[in-house]
Amino acid sequence: MKFPIRLIPDGTNLPFMDWVRIRTPISLALIVLSFALFFTIGVNQGIDFKGGTIIQAHNANGPVDIGTVRGIVDGLHFGDVQIQTTTSNGQTDALIRIALQPGGETAQTAVVDKVKAALGSDYTLENVQVVGPTVSGELARSGTLAVLFTIVGIMAYIWFRFEWQFGVAAVATLVHDAILTVGFFAVTRIDFDLQSIAAILTIIGYSLNDTVVIFDRIREILRKYKQLPIRDVINLATNQSLARTIMTSLTIELALIALFAFGGPVVRSFTAAMIWGIFVATASSIFIGGPILIYFNIRPKVVEERAEAAAAERKTDTTAAGA
Amino acid sequence: MLHFPRWQVIGIILIVFLGFLAVIPNFLSKDALAGWPSFLPKSQMVLGLDLQGGSYLLYEVDKNDYMDKRLKALTADVRQTLLTNPRIGYTGLGVEGQAVQLRIRDLSQLDDARQRLDKLRNPLDASVLSAGSVYEFDLTVGDDGLARFTYDPAGLTQRTRQIVQQSIEVINRRINGLGTTEPSIQRQGDDRILVEAPGLGDPSRLKALVGQTAQLEFHMVDGSISAQQAAANPPKAGVERVPDKSNPQLIWEVEDQALMTGEDLSDAQTAFDPQTNEPIVNFRLTTGGARKFGDVTAKNVGRPFAIILDDQVISAPTIRSPILGGSGEISGGFTVQTANDLAILLRAGSLPAKLTIVEEQTVGASLGADSIRAGVAAAIVATVFIAVFMILCYGILGLFADLALIANNFLMIGILTTLGATLTLPGIAGIVLTMGMAVDANVLIYERMREESHAGRSTIAALDTGFRRAFATIIDSHLTALIAAIALFELGSGPVRGFAVTLAIGIISTLFTAYLVTRLIVSGWVRWARPKVVPL
Repeated sequence: MKFPIRLIPDGTNLPFMDWVRIRTPISLALIVLSFALFFTIGVNQGIDFKGGTIIQAHNANGPVDIGTVRGIVDGLHFGDVQIQTTTSNGQTDALIRIALQPGGETAQTAVVDKVKAALGSDYTLENVQVVGPTVSGELARSGTLAVLFTIVGIMAYIWFRFEWQFGVAAVATLVHDAILTVGFFAVTRIDFDLQSIAAILTIIGYSLNDTVVIFDRIREILRKYKQLPIRDVINLATNQSLARTIMTSLTIELALIALFAFGGPVVRSFTAAMIWGIFVATASSIFIGGPILIYFNIRPKVVEERAEAAAAERKTDTTAAGA
Repeated sequence: MLHFPRWQVIGIILIVFLGFLAVIPNFLSKDALAGWPSFLPKSQMVLGLDLQGGSYLLYEVDKNDYMDKRLKALTADVRQTLLTNPRIGYTGLGVEGQAVQLRIRDLSQLDDARQRLDKLRNPLDASVLSAGSVYEFDLTVGDDGLARFTYDPAGLTQRTRQIVQQSIEVINRRINGLGTTEPSIQRQGDDRILVEAPGLGDPSRLKALVGQTAQLEFHMVDGSISAQQAAANPPKAGVERVPDKSNPQLIWEVEDQALMTGEDLSDAQTAFDPQTNEPIVNFRLTTGGARKFGDVTAKNVGRPFAIILDDQVISAPTIRSPILGGSGEISGGFTVQTANDLAILLRAGSLPAKLTIVEEQTVGASLGADSIRAGVAAAIVATVFIAVFMILCYGILGLFADLALIANNFLMIGILTTLGATLTLPGIAGIVLTMGMAVDANVLIYERMREESHAGRSTIAALDTGFRRAFATIIDSHLTALIAAIALFELGSGPVRGFAVTLAIGIISTLFTAYLVTRLIVSGWVRWARPKVVPL
């Protein structure tokens, strides 16, 4: 094996622009699927947005028995209660999730005291989280605002650095990535909470970073080869940035895999979403961000016509030479 | 691009070295740091509650409760003002929704009434910026004699801020009285208070101490009835009904005017009743309070009075003789701890309004330690993964990128430490993620070098152009990532903020290390090894 390794061979020239017939249906199907899932089964809203109580109960005498804990907690009649096991510190604890109780803020904090009293002195509460109705409403609002704020900020930046067409293409790409990530949450049933919003925002940031690098290259080629048709410009730019796109995604995925495997349960759902999101963002910057620019007029019309004419001429030349 | 003036070389090395110095204290014990020379950085990274364990309690001022209570008090004040010399007759005084309303009987006294009532509007300390002073209440007096107090919106906001400020002071005194933990107490927004207590496994005592209003009042007792009787009969005028603390079936009827409140107390201490050996709370009154109490007890020998804490009667002793010494005791089935806590509460004073918990999180210390171990393990594994991957793909230049990555880790943690940022588990995730992104600039530069070299440039020229051409792209990609980080920070809430801060600092420090540090290393290497080809 040659060293250093080349993951993307030199001179790679894949016809990205020709794959529109495969790419568009796949991406549209995934978007429709994400929407369908979101509006039918929805995402599994976490405590941050729904409010409620999560208690991790640890039994000093050994691993907890879920049945016993369930029996005790069911006796308190809290309505929607989920109990599962969780492992931390090599010990098996019970994770009790209790839905928001009617009766405002004070009713929520009372839940913890009741559970603690009912479980008795054999159990210690390792991790308790209570989110009341006021805060959960606010968090949902500020989460949505943060995503919108990011998208607008990014559009403004790209508009400032490039032409407005690039801004629209970049936003189309990152909206695509955000929707597919929400779809991921709907499929996996991972808790959708503030950390998930953080994951979506980071993915948006990364998606953009990836797209911008390709845009930079497109702009450079546009300036350098005034005679090249847009289609070829985009294809060339995508191919030239391909090695970088793949390399950077891989290093980030490596870091994320380390986090997923060793980072503990608290960051696991966040990392899972990120692993998927980075994958989607990479694919979309290659297959959507650049190619979508063909639908916009990114070069003044006159220049473009001249470029096409020149290309047609070259083609006749080569045909003639071949004949 | 590959040539560096001497000052730049020194500058870059110095910055990396400073970052390294700032990181060191994190690995030293507090004792070792004490012997550290004073010119070296000493600050250690603060661990978030999710890493060291502890309680996070977010309180909100219960505005409705405050407004209701305040209107009741205002009603009493109005009565007091209008009935004292000369007396102004009125009818229908009472709380109407969120207003206090009354009608002046004699319209010829209307101007006098207006002047007297105006004094009850409660001016608040106006802020420097606002013109004129803000009042808590707006007063309208109609020509038909109808007077109405309503809350002034600006005044209410101002009052809420004052309440938060006063509450923080009271909570501080209470927690100092407890003397064990060192929680941080901060204002959040207009009407919230955040209490963070590191290292506290069970917050129930803290919650009891912080959340209790501790409004102490002494009232003369009119009589007592059962809960059933109370439900059947409406209370008489001027009488308030208060439930008993230990017996929920017992309802006390007390005069609605308080004889004394917690403000008349100057001190409170736990003691033991010499006869029953039961824990009690001894209190001392202020001079004014002592005089008032002496007068009242002298007039009412043989009658009981109720000691009411937060709308519950703790006890209702009978006055056997006038109490003139300015001290007394409260007994009521306390344990040593509850008596002790009550003494702390009475010493610290009452909260100006009820506080409710809107968010609460408690993490056990062992769970926190677990999270730190997991975070550090993930960081180490990620570093090794990326380092090996970079060497596999870029050979010696990959090694240089790894050196820059390590410099970046020092710099990032150094900056976080110096800024006094709080490290949370999402923050560690941010650091790990930044490592993945840190080598992105290197990848951009190296790919560019390859292209330039394939395009037929000489080795030095290819290396040089690689750095130059990649720069604009690196700036673009980093700035866009920074926008996302800022949005994340705006999103707020503790852990996510920790992630945003590390991400933002990481983006800036990688710009420095990947671009300048790598370039410096490459420049040194070119001079020393004189490479014939670009080793990519």
